[in-house]
Amino acid sequence: MHGLINRAVQCFVRDIYGADSWATLGAATGVGTGGFESMLTYDDEITFRLLDELCRMRKRPAEDILEDIGTYLVTHPNTRAIRRLLRFGGQSFTELLHSLDDLPDRARLAVPELELPALHLTELKTGRFKLEVASSRGGFGPVMAGVLRALADDYGALAFLQLQSAMVPREVLVIDLLDAEFAEAKQFYLGGGLERPAEGAQ
Amino acid sequence: MSLDVGRETLAATGQDGETAFLSVLREALDRLMPMHLQLGATGHILHAGPSLQKLRPDAPLAGRRFLEVFELKRPASLTRVSDLACAEGGRLKLALRDAPRTGLVGLVAPVPAFDTLIVNISFGFNIIDAVQDNDLTSADFAATDLAVEMLYLVEAKTAALREWKALNQRLQGAMTAAEQQASSDMLTGLANRRAMEEVLNRLITAQTPFGLMNLDLDFFKSVNDTLGHAAGDHVLRRVADILKAETRANDVIVRAGGDEFVLIFVGLSNPERLADLGRRIIARLEVPIPFEADTCHISGSIGLTVSDFYTATDAELMMQHADMALYASKRNGRGQVTVYSEDLPGIGESAPGD
Repeated sequence: MHGLINRAVQCFVRDIYGADSWATLGAATGVGTGGFESMLTYDDEITFRLLDELCRMRKRPAEDILEDIGTYLVTHPNTRAIRRLLRFGGQSFTELLHSLDDLPDRARLAVPELELPALHLTELKTGRFKLEVASSRGGFGPVMAGVLRALADDYGALAFLQLQSAMVPREVLVIDLLDAEFAEAKQFYLGGGLERPAEGAQ
Repeated sequence: MSLDVGRETLAATGQDGETAFLSVLREALDRLMPMHLQLGATGHILHAGPSLQKLRPDAPLAGRRFLEVFELKRPASLTRVSDLACAEGGRLKLALRDAPRTGLVGLVAPVPAFDTLIVNISFGFNIIDAVQDNDLTSADFAATDLAVEMLYLVEAKTAALREWKALNQRLQGAMTAAEQQASSDMLTGLANRRAMEEVLNRLITAQTPFGLMNLDLDFFKSVNDTLGHAAGDHVLRRVADILKAETRANDVIVRAGGDEFVLIFVGLSNPERLADLGRRIIARLEVPIPFEADTCHISGSIGLTVSDFYTATDAELMMQHADMALYASKRNGRGQVTVYSEDLPGIGESAPGD
């Protein structure tokens, strides 16, 4: 798994559960407190070991923790760059949903080694979408659920999301868009990320 | 639909042909080119696309003279708007005249039938400044304009670059630490041979005068053999302390091997002063060193040379000469200092200054 993904988990643990929690987790998994380098690639096994240990520590199912990671990626100030890059996907939540198929390619434009799961969106009927998330061992589905829930908020849309299958290689997320303009969208100025560089997932 | 057909159609409706035609087209042009201008024959702006107008929200552009609002940087020295389309294939380089003086590029298409020019404008490479200065959103660009994709790329690449830089900095730090470890002796913290070569090269390149002293401990082997390696290590650390105390901060002390040391005296090349210093070091080395219940007795032999002896300084030759002087000290009964000279036995083949 790419260092950016591992580091996202590391920063999530540090920012949400505290530096001590990360120190414990880093030691328990043999990663060390220094953690991951965002630009190196690690064996997939390390990521899953990290998640298993995190679930044990927090006494929560992986699905819940992964969904929290998704929310964290969009809402936390330290991951502001990620929210901005996702917002480039469209001017409305619907546009963003339709841009998801291109997300792995978009990510590769910035970091060629970064491999994200394949995403496939189908519109089942007006306002109802099915997102299929394909990866070798699953886990990205709940992350996408968290990401999309937070993004719906960001766009001011009212959406209901349900994971139909999770933690399997082919995960399915059903999205009901109840009101695209439920609340005012958070502003997204094109120059906003360039003026004051975002902190990144440091 | 060709312009002429459009004109006929509109004329048939009985309206003022030109105005009506342009107003019909206007909506389409605003959508396709939200940063375009329509210019009349007099050089006045007839209409400005919504995104271009957004750059000056409080001052309507329509009605003002094109060259009053925009400074024409290229083609230079054009005064008549009607000439715009002729030079350089209608390509323009512009800047707004008042602040923020955003730089722009433009392309002119004349519409002779209506005595009008359409100028499409874009930010070119100034796009990053422009979106920052003007709070623009994706909606301000036509969906076919690659500006937003470019901004996405710039932002994504900037974020990736930041991560690369952070990684480079951490690697740099690790490298410095590793280099320091590689150039120092773990037991005594003194410099090692590798560091010594670097220092000598630096001094010779800079033509800084220096003294070079080789020191071999005497009777150290018997300390190791009779009292063990722990005692030996203790003695070596004590020797390092003595050498540090007897030298100046910018002199370089090297542990060159087991019980061999090299001292480089930066800027000090007076052989008599160095010989005095050598004798003082030996006297301190001969002070018995207590270790646990035992006492260790050692001494030292020194051979030295200075860069002033040579016209062209050669580190290897100086090391050879310092060694010869050292062996002379050993041969003469140890515990003494010898300054290199041509008269030393066994130097026949390597006379100084060769």
